[in-house]
Order: sequence, then structure tokens, then C-alpha cells
Amino acid sequence: MQKTLVLGVIGADVHAVGNQILNYAFTDAGFHVVNLGVMVSQEEFIEAAIESAADAIIVSSLYGHGELDCQGLRDKCDEAGLKGILLYVGGNIVVGKQPFEEVRQRFLDMGFDRVFGPGTPPEAGIAALREDLADR
Amino acid sequence: MRAILLIDFGSTYTKLTAVDLSAPRVLGSAQAFTTVASDISLGLEQALARLEAATGHIQYEARLACSSAAGGLNMVACGLVPGLTSKAARLAAFGAGAKVIRTFAYQLTDEDMAQLARIQPDILLLCGGIDGGNSEVILHNAARIASAPGDYPVLVAGNRAAQAECVRLLEQGSHPVYTAPNVMPEMNTLNIEPAAEVIRQIFLKRIILAKGLGRAQRLLDGILMPTPAAVLKALRLLSKGTGDEAGLGDLIGVDLGGATTDIYSIARGEPASPTTIMRGLPEPLAKRTVEGDLGMRYNALGIQEAVGAAALAQLSGQDEDAVQAYVVHCDSQPETLPGDETQRQMDRALAISAVGTALARHAGTLERVYTPMGPMHEQRGKDLSQVRQVVVTGGALVYAMDLQQIMEQALRRQEATALTPRQAGLMVDRGYILSAMGLLADTHGAVALRLMKDIIGREEAYAAV
Ligand code: B12
Repeated sequence: MQKTLVLGVIGADVHAVGNQILNYAFTDAGFHVVNLGVMVSQEEFIEAAIESAADAIIVSSLYGHGELDCQGLRDKCDEAGLKGILLYVGGNIVVGKQPFEEVRQRFLDMGFDRVFGPGTPPEAGIAALREDLADR
Repeated sequence: MRAILLIDFGSTYTKLTAVDLSAPRVLGSAQAFTTVASDISLGLEQALARLEAATGHIQYEARLACSSAAGGLNMVACGLVPGLTSKAARLAAFGAGAKVIRTFAYQLTDEDMAQLARIQPDILLLCGGIDGGNSEVILHNAARIASAPGDYPVLVAGNRAAQAECVRLLEQGSHPVYTAPNVMPEMNTLNIEPAAEVIRQIFLKRIILAKGLGRAQRLLDGILMPTPAAVLKALRLLSKGTGDEAGLGDLIGVDLGGATTDIYSIARGEPASPTTIMRGLPEPLAKRTVEGDLGMRYNALGIQEAVGAAALAQLSGQDEDAVQAYVVHCDSQPETLPGDETQRQMDRALAISAVGTALARHAGTLERVYTPMGPMHEQRGKDLSQVRQVVVTGGALVYAMDLQQIMEQALRRQEATALTPRQAGLMVDRGYILSAMGLLADTHGAVALRLMKDIIGREEAYAAV
């Protein structure tokens, strides 16, 4: 069955180009994409995931405030009954000179299933989704 | 002459408007008490006799009617997320001319089912899930409603993938089942017109008979729609015009009644500034809301609960005890007419509060939010702050001597975040022609537009904050 993804750029982030590319790439790969565009709040991700019975929420953050914006998203998903929904994050989530592995760990601790560093192409996300959703 | 008779079976009065389509002009109007309890056609015949006394005998080529008699059309709306499909369901019901008694979200609980059993709506609208989305909740709810007592019709307009199964579940119960396309087929995309149309058909087929309006039905070419649906059509036509003739542009309609306060807006209401972020479901161009707890008589207590006795006291210049006593009196004796100047002042305070509160609930809000990028503005719902025209209908306002003051105060009393108009020209539907013109809108739009512009299109007063 076709899998549904909720896609959006979180927080007050207006970087729209990457979002369009991801929308195109994921749709092309056979997913049903519910694209919320830019400046998406945590609540909007969650409500869209409920109404669309989404299999995954794909969060982008490009402007450098991703950590702040993403805090508590997993908890809210649990609260809203979206138990075990896949949570991915990607974009420019590393700020300054921090090593990516440390950043990745912090996002994993926040409850994200996969964390993609700067410059990750959409194909990497698609491959991961295929793997993670294969047995669901 | 090509005469057509337009009838509005109201809760209290049956109102007639005779129109000559060829002139075009209003030939005459008349009204009589609505007689639902005995035989609805008695009131109609009485009104007709009065009309003919003024106009002489007329051969009508058609007789069309709308009705809000016998309590109007009462609905319950069910959806999934409160701000998404539950809201879409409400908007669909409002657009169809219904009063929404109760809105449910998520799985119906035992407590919800007990409420539903008490409410016994005229129609239940069951939604939930975008197409291909969540079907678990709507199926759960369909199964529960199937075993709910009553024989009110259920309209299923949710996730397309769950529709057939919902129908199958519901057909095992005592409710007639209807279907319409999803009110929110995709995320943040409303599609409420088809569901509203099916609600109208159910109204025609069943509700009219159930409410004892069937006798009148035979005297007419049809009761076409609930009265508020006709008013919405009329306002939309007045705003948008026809292909050949321009309308008046963005406008708001206010109908303050004894039991409810209805607000209409025909406006896109998009953010005024490009830096404003839109949040939540986009709303329909032609939007109607009904406040079932705000009415000058049956719901005077509701007005007091909404704004507080202190505010009513301040607005009327009376003390709180006097206000509270009057409110209780109005609520228990809805036929009350203001006896003296003091009571007129209190009625004025009630009107200001009802209209102000209903406008605030209808319009959107603009809030300042703090983000890592600095302060920004978030808009929810429609921005009506730039709308400059208000059409006033309904006895409580149309006959108010201080209409201008009432509207001005209602606009002034808004929170800073409310996207209600700051100033507006007031047009008044003195001849109660809006519903009649709504009945004509589909078949004789040009005539209806011409008559509305002539009769109510003139600005009578100006209210500014
Ligand atoms: C264009 C641009 C802007 C435009 C955006 C216009 C618009 N509406 O889109 C404007 C001028 C508005 C802008 C503003 C700002 N920008 Co700017 N902007 C850029 C710029 C030059 C290009 C962005 C772009 O379109 N890239 C092309 C797309 C295709 O790539 P992408 O966005 O990275 O997305 C891809 C990948 O990240 C990945 N991806 C994204 N999400 C996910 C998720 C998953 C799961 C996966 C697998 C992959 C994935 O796939 C996407 C598609 O290939 C970048 C620098 C750069 N070269 O990237 C800076 C950049 C993103 N901006 C930056 C900054 C700091 C800002 C501002 C804060 C500047 C300021 N002080 O005002 C503001 C923020 C405004 C806001 N509220 O968001 C920084 C961010 C630094 C950081 N994160 O540490 C950057 C990196 C520039 C820099 N080197 O300093 N910006």
C-alpha cells in the first residue's frame, strides 16, 4: 500500500526550495506526500499526521534553529496517539563548528528515528524510508 | 408581467414577497404568524390574503419558499481533529443553513453518545480523515452511531477510502444514510459545497415532512432550502454580482435574532501583509456562522454568560442586579418587548454584546508571536478588518432606533487581536428581502441583484471605531 508522509519546514524557517525538491522527489518515489510547506508548527505536523494517517513525519530545518524547534515533537506525537510514527529530520541542523555525530545524537535522544546532515540528497531519505517502512 | 411569489416560513412570521421579474420590481409584501403547530398553510393563506388586499389578484408563474420554521435545521457535526475535519464539518453545516448544536472530535465517547441521544439532531454529519488518510476514527464513530437511538439521517462525508464501510456499518442501524464527497479531501483543502448540497436535499426530502411543513409543500413549487442558506446565497450574489453586473465587493451580514446570532462574510480575508503567517484551515469565501448561545430573548442568558453582567451593566448604564433580573425575564418570557427607556437601554446592551461576540467568533485573529527570527504575526481565520460594508437583517437590529450606535459599539468592543472591521457603511434589509432574493439567485440572478442594490444597497449609516 502507498505510504503517506507529512513533509514540512519547521518553525519560523522560510527556506522553501529544498522543501519543493523533497516534495517532488518523495512523490516521484511513490509516496503520498502531504506537504505543509514552510513555517510549520509542531501542532500542524501532528494534526496533519492524524488526519492523513501518516506513516512518517519528515522535518526539515535550514535556518539554524532546528534543535529548539524540534524539542518535544516526539512527546507530542505520543500524546496525540501517533505511537511509533517515524520521525526524520534533515537540512542544516548543524550550527557552527559542532561535529555532526554529536548533533545527530541529540536529535536521536529527542526521539527522531533518523537524522540527516547538511547536504544529504533526497535519495538517502528515500532509501531509509523504504527500509524503515518495509515491514510496516 | 411575470410574477413570482417568494415565501419565507420563519419561526414567528411567514413572510411573502411578490416580484415582477420583467420590470423588475417588488409588487408587494405581507406577513402573518407562522402556524406550524396547527397547519402551516393557515398562516400562508392569511399572509396571501393580506398580500392580495394590497396588490390585487396576481397570477404567479412560480411559488418558491425557504423555511426556518419549527426550529430550523439542527445538526450535529463529527470530525477527527478539532481544527481540521471537525471544523470543516461545522463550516459545511453552517453553509447549508443549519444550526450546529454540537460538534464532536476524535472517537465518540459514552458521554458523547448520551448527549447525542438527548439532542436528536435533524441531521448528523459524519466526517474525519483526508482521502486515503485516517479511517479508524470515522469507522469507530460510524459503528457507534449505527447503534444510537433515533431515526435522524446521517450524512457521511469523510475519508473516501472509508466511505463504503461507514455506509455498511450505518445501514445496520435505524438511521437513513446519505453520502457526499469528503469535506476535506486533502490537507487544508475545504470542499464543503457538495456536502452542503446533500444536506439541502435531505432537508427537502425529509425534514420538511418531519416538521409538518409538508402541507405547504403541496401549495408550492417547493421549499427549496433553509432560510439561512437563502440569505447566504443572496449576500454572495450581492457581493460578487453576476457575469454582467458587478457586485458590491466584500461584505458582512449580521442577523441578530431572538434565539441566535448569525454572521455571514463574503470575503477572502487573506492576510493584509505578506509577512503574516497563515495558520489553520483556510476558510470559504462565503462563510456563515451561527451562535446558538447568543439571542436577544431565548438566549439572553447566553449573552450574559459570554460577556458578563458587569459589561452589560456598564453598556446600559444600569446596575448589575437590574440587568440580571431583565436577562432572566427575557430568557423565560421571550415575547418581552422593552417597556421603558431603561429596558431599551438593556436591550441595546444585549444587542451590542451579541453582535460583538458573534463577530469576534466569526472573524479571524492576528497574534504576535516570538520566533528565533524575531516577532512575527500569525493569522487564524479570515481577516475582515478591511471589509467596509455591513448588511443588517433580522428584527432586533432592523427596527433598532440606534442601529448606528449598536454597530459602532459592537465593533469598538473587540480585542486588539480580532480581525473585525474598524469601520463600515451599514445597509439595512428593511423589507426582509434577502431570503427572497436568495431564492431567486440561481434562476434569476440579475433580477435579484438589481432589486437588492435598489432596495438595500444604499448606505444608511456609518459606524467607525
Ligand atoms: C536562498 C537562501 C535564503 C533565502 C530563502 C528564500 C526562500 N524562500 O527559499 C532567504 C534570503 C529568505 C534566506 C534567509 C535566511 N537565511 Co538563508 N540561505 C539561502 C541559501 C543561499 C540557499 C538555500 C537553498 O535554497 N538551497 C537549495 C536547497 C535545494 O537546499 P536545502 O535547502 O539545503 O535543502 C536540501 C537539503 O538540505 C536536503 N534536506 C532538507 N531537509 C531534509 C530532510 C531530510 C529527511 C533529508 C533526507 C534531506 C533534507 O534536501 C533538500 C533538497 O535537496 C542557503 C545557503 C546554501 N547555499 O544552502 C542559506 C542558508 C540556509 N541561510 C542561512 C541563514 C542564516 C538565513 C537567515 C537566518 C539569514 C538572516 N540572518 O536573515 C535567514 C532566515 C530566514 C528564515 N526565517 O528562515 C544559513 C543557515 C545557517 C545554519 N543553518 O547554520 C545558510 C546555510 C547560509 C549560510 N551558510 O550561512 N536564506
